[in-house]
Amino acid sequence: MSAETNPTYQAVIGLEVHIQLLTSSKLFASDANKYGDPPNTNISVITLAHPGTLPRVNKQALELAIKMGLACGSEISQYMIFDRKNYFYPDLPKGYQLTQDRTPICVGGSIEVVTDQGPREIKLNRIHLEEDAGKSFHPPHTNESLVDFNRAGTPLIELVTEPVLHHPDEAYQLLSEIRKLVTFLGICDGNMEQGSLRCDCNVSVRRMGETALGKKVEIKNMNSVRNVRRAIEKEVKRQIGQLEKGDRIISETRSFDEKTGGSTSMRSKEEVTDYRYFPEPDLSPLQIPDDWLQSIKEAMPVLPKQLQLQLEEQFGFVLEDALFLTDSVEMHNFFDQAVKQFPYPEHILNWLKGPVQSVLNERGITISQLGLTTSQLGELASLTAGELSFSVAAQKILPLLLEDPSGTPKAIADRLGLLGSSNSDQLEPVVLEVLETFPDKVNAYKKGKKGLLGFFMGQVMKKTNSTVDPKMANELLSKHLN
Amino acid sequence: MDTFASLREIQEKLQSGAVTCVQVVTSYLDRIEKHTHLNAFLEVYHQEALQKAQQIDQKISDGTAGRLAGLVVGLKDMLCYQDHSLQAGSKILSGFESQFTGTAVERLLHQDAIIIGRQNCDEFGMGSSNENSAFGATLNGIDTKRVPGGSSGGSAVAVQMDMCHISLGTDTGGSVRQPAAFTGIIGLKPTYSRISRHGLVAYASSFDSIGIFSKSLEDNALILEIIAGQDEYDSTVSRSAVPEFSSIKALKKCKIGYIRESVETEGVQPEIREKTMEQLELLQQSGHQVTAVDFPLIEYVLPTYYLLTTAEASSNLARYDGVKYGYRSQHQESLDGFYKNTRSEGFGNEVQKRIMLGTFVLSASYYDAYYTKAQKVRRLIKDKTREFFDSFDFLVMPTTPTTAFELNKYADDPLEMYWSDLFTTPASVSGNPAISIPNGFDKNGLPIGFQIIADDFNEQGLYALSREILKGREN
Amino acid sequence: MEINRETLLKIAHLARLNFSDESEDEMLQGLNDMINWVEKLHEVDTEGVDPLTNMSQEVNSWREDEVKSDISREQALKNAPKKDEEFFKVPKVLK
Repeated sequence: MSAETNPTYQAVIGLEVHIQLLTSSKLFASDANKYGDPPNTNISVITLAHPGTLPRVNKQALELAIKMGLACGSEISQYMIFDRKNYFYPDLPKGYQLTQDRTPICVGGSIEVVTDQGPREIKLNRIHLEEDAGKSFHPPHTNESLVDFNRAGTPLIELVTEPVLHHPDEAYQLLSEIRKLVTFLGICDGNMEQGSLRCDCNVSVRRMGETALGKKVEIKNMNSVRNVRRAIEKEVKRQIGQLEKGDRIISETRSFDEKTGGSTSMRSKEEVTDYRYFPEPDLSPLQIPDDWLQSIKEAMPVLPKQLQLQLEEQFGFVLEDALFLTDSVEMHNFFDQAVKQFPYPEHILNWLKGPVQSVLNERGITISQLGLTTSQLGELASLTAGELSFSVAAQKILPLLLEDPSGTPKAIADRLGLLGSSNSDQLEPVVLEVLETFPDKVNAYKKGKKGLLGFFMGQVMKKTNSTVDPKMANELLSKHLN
Repeated sequence: MDTFASLREIQEKLQSGAVTCVQVVTSYLDRIEKHTHLNAFLEVYHQEALQKAQQIDQKISDGTAGRLAGLVVGLKDMLCYQDHSLQAGSKILSGFESQFTGTAVERLLHQDAIIIGRQNCDEFGMGSSNENSAFGATLNGIDTKRVPGGSSGGSAVAVQMDMCHISLGTDTGGSVRQPAAFTGIIGLKPTYSRISRHGLVAYASSFDSIGIFSKSLEDNALILEIIAGQDEYDSTVSRSAVPEFSSIKALKKCKIGYIRESVETEGVQPEIREKTMEQLELLQQSGHQVTAVDFPLIEYVLPTYYLLTTAEASSNLARYDGVKYGYRSQHQESLDGFYKNTRSEGFGNEVQKRIMLGTFVLSASYYDAYYTKAQKVRRLIKDKTREFFDSFDFLVMPTTPTTAFELNKYADDPLEMYWSDLFTTPASVSGNPAISIPNGFDKNGLPIGFQIIADDFNEQGLYALSREILKGREN
Repeated sequence: MEINRETLLKIAHLARLNFSDESEDEMLQGLNDMINWVEKLHEVDTEGVDPLTNMSQEVNSWREDEVKSDISREQALKNAPKKDEEFFKVPKVLK
C-alpha cells in the first residue's frame, strides 16, 4: 500500500543532496580533485592528516557554493566559520570532518519542480560546505579493508531541503532539477554513478491531516535518480505496513538495495552519535566581501528555467520540446551553437530529439560524447529544411557521419547522389529517359491506363535510388505524359 | 672549546678563522655526549650536523652564508623536520617520519642554521615536568634529582647545558616559559599567531605557539625575526609585517603593573616573592612606574585553560588511530577494538585523561555548561587583559610559584602539578606575548624566573624591558 | 557534578579508549577530580558574554584553486602500519 493508494497516510520526505564541486584542488589542501586516478595518488600531508598540518580554504569552492545559493534564491551568509564534526572511521583521516554546522554558506532558498499537480516551490533549509571522506573497500574473503584517500578532502556542498516533499515523484523531479542546475552552473558534473552527486532521503509517514512528523528513516546509497524514487516508494510502503500492523517505526539509517529496490538497516539512529561539533580553531572566519559577491552575481549564467522560457518565446517551442533542449547543459549548448550557424530551429530540434537522441539512448552516451559537431548537425538540418528527405538523410547520412566524423553532410550527400535529385533540371532528363525506355507503356497510359503512372514512378525511383522528391517526379511525369 | 655567549661571537670567530663551523658543531656534540644522562635529546644528528657544518664553512669562505651560519639549534620532538623521526614524546607515533619541514624550521634552515637533534618532551606537550614522556624523564642540569619543567624540558636543558645555542620549543600553557625559569635561561612565547603553526604538532590549536629558548637575549630576538610572519600554510597566522626584532630598542619610561595575588599568595615560594619584589623595586628606581593591580579573574584562568585545551586536544589527537601512520595494536579483532587498543596502548596516562576530559566537555549534554562557559570566561579574561594594557605597558609576575621540584613529587597527586602553570596560563589564555628571564636563585641554588607580559604583538617591548633588566644586573 | 561509570564508558567509547578494571577506577576518580576542579568556572557571571571562538585576528585567509602535489604515493604509504602497493589496510569494517 502506498500513500497514493492509501489516502489516510501522507508521506513526508526530505532530501540531503551532496554535490561534489568542480574545483581543481581540494577544499582545504592543494592536492588534485580528480576522479578515477590510481589509489592514493591525489593526496598530501594535509589530506592524510599528518601531525603538524593545517587546513587552508579554497576560494573557488566558496565561489561555486555561492553560485548555487544565488541560483536557489538563498541568502548568502555574511559571516561564516567551519566546525569540526568528530567521529572515527578509517576513511576520515583527521578523525573529524570539517563542515559548516552553525553558519552554512547559504540559508534558505527554494527550487521549483513541475509535478502532475503543477509547479511547486520546494523550500530549502540550507546549503553548506564540507569536505568529503576517502573511500574504503571491503574485498570478500579477507579480514581487511582497503582505504583510498584520493577522495578525502574533496569539496562538497550539502543541500538540505525542508521536509516538504510528499511523493516519490516530487523527489525524483527535485533531484533531476538539482542535477540540471548544478551542471548548468558548471559547479558539478552531476554524475550519480561516479558519486559526484549523492542523495540521502529522510522518509516518514503520518496520518493525513496530522501536523506532527512521524519517526524518520534515512536511506542512503541510491546511485541514480530513478533509484531514489524506487527507494522512497518502497520505504513509504514499508512504513505504512508497519504502522498498520501496530508496530512503531524505528528511527534508523538504511542502505538501498539495488536488486529489490528496498533497503536494509545499517545502524539505529536512536543511538545518535555525539559528534561534539565545535568551531574549527585552525581556520579564520570568512566574510564574503560585497564586491566579490557582486561580481559573482554578475557572472551568473542563465539558468535552465530561464533558457527554457526563452526557447518557448523565441522559437515558439512547446514546453515538452523546450524541456528536452534544456535537459542538459550540453544539449542546450549544442542546440544553441547549431542554430546560430544554421537558422533552422525546428529542423535542428527534430534532428536532436529524433535520430540523434535514438543513437544516444542506444549507446548510453551524452551528446558531447557522440562526436557529432554542431556544424555537421546544422548542415544536415539545413539540407533537410531544403529538398533533402529527412528520413533518407537520417537513414543514410547520419550513420556515415558518425562512422567517419571528418566528413560533412553535404559531401556525403553528393557522394551518394542524394542531392540535386530533387532539382527539376536534373530530374527531367531522368524522367524523359524512363519514358523513352518504355514507349508502349507510354502509349498505353495515353490510351487511358492511368495506373501505369505508378509503374513509371517506380522506374524513376529505381533510377534515382529512391532519392527524388516523389511530388516533383509525379509532376514531371504528368507533364511529359500529357 | 668554551661556550659562546652569542651568535655574534660565533660568527666573528668564524669570519676571522679562529674556529670552523665543524669545530663549533663538534664542541656541541661533545657536550651532548657528556650530558647524555640528562636525557635531553632523543636523537642526535651527528653525521648530518657535521656535513652541514662543512658546507657552511665553504659558504662562509664563499661569502654566501646565511644570517644564522654557525648557529646550532635543537628542536623539541613536536616540530616537523622532513625525513626525520617525529614522536611528540609518545609511543603512538612509533616509526613515524615527517614528510615535510615546518615553516619555522624551514626558515631557520634557509638561513643556514644547523639542526643538531630532537629533544625530549612531555607527551604531546601535556605536562609541566617532562615526566610524561614515553622515553623517560629529562633531568634538570643544575640538580639531577629535579625536573627541568615541561613540556619542553629537553629543549630547556639542552640550552641550559650548552648542548645547543638555541632550542625551539612549544608553549601552550607555559611549556617554554616554565622550563626556562626552572633551568635559569630565557624563554619566549610570542603573541598567539605570531609564528606559523605549520609543522607544529597540535595539542590545543587556539593556545599552541612555537617558543624560543636561549641564553642570549639578542639571539632570541633574531630567531623570532627570522621565523615569524605570514605563511601560506597557516590560516590563522598573523599577516601583519614582522618588525626588526633583532635591533632591540631602548626603553622609554613605562608603566608596569603586577598582580597583587601573584606575590601575596601563600603558594608562592618565599625566595621567589623576594626576588620578584626586589626586581620591581629596581624597576621603580630606574624611573618606571610600578603599580600593584587586582585581577580577580586570575583564579579562573587555570580551569579555563584546562577545559579548553583538553577539549581541543581530544579532537586534535583523534588522528592518531593506527590507520595512516604510527603505532598499531596487535590486538585487532574488530575495527572498534583496533582503535581502542591502539590508542589505549599508544597514549600515556596523562594524555588519555586529558582526552577523556576534553571529550566529556564537548559532549552534547555538557557542551554549553562547560565548553561554551569556558569560552565566555576566556572572553572576559581577554577583555580584562586588553583593559589592563590600555593603562599599562607591561604586566609582570614570577614565572612560577616554586622553583624546580623533585622528580616524582606529584606522582600521587597529578592535579597538584597543574598549579605550577598558575602564572604562565594567563598569557596563554589571552594570547599575549610573554617572556621569562632569569632572576636569581633560591636558597638551594635553583633558578628563579621573572615573567614579563606585553600587549598583543609587542614582543619588541618584551625584549626592550628584558634587556634593561638583564643589563642592569651586569652593572 | 560527578560522572558515573556508565558515563565514563560512553565517553571512552567516543574517544576510542578502553581501560582495564583497575585503570577504569583510577580514570573515573581522576576524571571526577578534574571535573570538580574546573567546576569553579560556574562562579563567574557570564551573562550576555559572547564566547571567544577565534584567537587570531585574521579574516578571509584563503588560497587560490591551484593544484600542488607535495608527496608521492610511496611517501604517503611510507609510514603506514599496514599497506600494499596502493592502499592503506585496516581490519575489516563490518557494514
